[in-house]
Amino acid sequence: MITHHPPFDLLCDYAAGASGEGLALAIATHVAMCATCREQVSQIEAVAGAMLEGVAPAAMSDGALALALDQLDDMDVEPARAAPRFDALTAGTIPLPLRRYLSGNLSSLPWKSMGRLFQEARLPLSGKAVKASLMRLRPGSLMPRHTHRGHEYTLVLAGGFRDGDEAFAPGDFCAKDVAHQHQPVVDEDEECLCLVVLDAPVKLTGAIGRLVNPFLRF
Amino acid sequence: MDGVGVAAARTGGFPWYSPVPALRTVRARAGAQVTNDELCRLVSAIAVDSDREAFARLFRYFAPRLKGFGLRRGVDATAAEELAQETMLTVWRKAASFDPSRATVSTWIFTIVRNKRIDMFRRTGWPEADLEEAGDPPSEDRLPDENVVVSQAGQAIRSAVKTLPKEQIEILEKAFFEEKSHRAIAEEMKLPLGTVKSRIRLALARLRVALPEGHA
Repeated sequence: MITHHPPFDLLCDYAAGASGEGLALAIATHVAMCATCREQVSQIEAVAGAMLEGVAPAAMSDGALALALDQLDDMDVEPARAAPRFDALTAGTIPLPLRRYLSGNLSSLPWKSMGRLFQEARLPLSGKAVKASLMRLRPGSLMPRHTHRGHEYTLVLAGGFRDGDEAFAPGDFCAKDVAHQHQPVVDEDEECLCLVVLDAPVKLTGAIGRLVNPFLRF
Repeated sequence: MDGVGVAAARTGGFPWYSPVPALRTVRARAGAQVTNDELCRLVSAIAVDSDREAFARLFRYFAPRLKGFGLRRGVDATAAEELAQETMLTVWRKAASFDPSRATVSTWIFTIVRNKRIDMFRRTGWPEADLEEAGDPPSEDRLPDENVVVSQAGQAIRSAVKTLPKEQIEILEKAFFEEKSHRAIAEEMKLPLGTVKSRIRLALARLRVALPEGHA
């Protein structure tokens, strides 16, 4: 069961189309997994839709409709659904909004190992300011203690981890910023797969971590 | 003249239900508010029969509103018109994905124009958990009751929006029309982030009261 949801203001920014792409990816993926937040976003969109209908209309130029009708000739009405092109594991683990950012199945992504703790596959966002990655965390591993220079959004896709007193399971959303220092511990029984979105590199705070900080690439 | 304009004139009016006579003319030309049921029939005619007359009627109703929506974002008339055109062409292409048991036509079109706007003006991708694709395709055997509930809820929201206090409307407009995040609104209006959050929450909570059971 999902117990950690994005804060309401982030859902609202998403529904308004005001989030950056990376955060929007985390929210959209959570929303695809969480009926409660899906309902909230639908409600916010319903308000936006009602307000759209109330916008003061601005007259289109002469011939705008004729132009649109002309273009329809080259355009078919699409069928309701496109064919799937992922294997069952990938389709079953990765919700649709996130799947569109994958270059292939989970097993064939360009995973990069970061020490023995985790593997990371970076996702293609339009800008460079924000980084979004899939991370596979080894069962039972202790992530390096770290704090944040910006925001860190984590969405659990499979497996789980504990962070202090809190347990995170598939669908759970975790938002951290400069105010938080934490050290997640991955559950013993299985690998944990997460979507992680960062708008600045994390800052390691352990003794060894401090030596590694200058080498953390973003 | 539709009831909206009359009500707005009586109460002093909200910014986008402007009682200014010039806009009244445009409204009249663009057609008074149409019911969601009627709009649903038009989208369905496109999906089923590629009905161009239905498209033309939807275009006459929505394109000027979409252009107005683009202008509120702060782009020039040419870009706003292109946004309206592109959105309407997507309406044609995606008509078969529209599911009247999940959203009103205007809400569905809002999600399309929101994505187009990001695509055209911000030039980034946008991960969509949207009404048109997130779930199963619209099913044939869905209870017609659900469509009625959605339609009624849409109508209730349209009426309830008109009763919101000005400062709540202003912030919702910044979010939905100007594509501003809570943080950006707080900076622009020199308000604490918490104040922006609570105004938006209050406004949405108030609108949600208007929703029937199951959609509350």
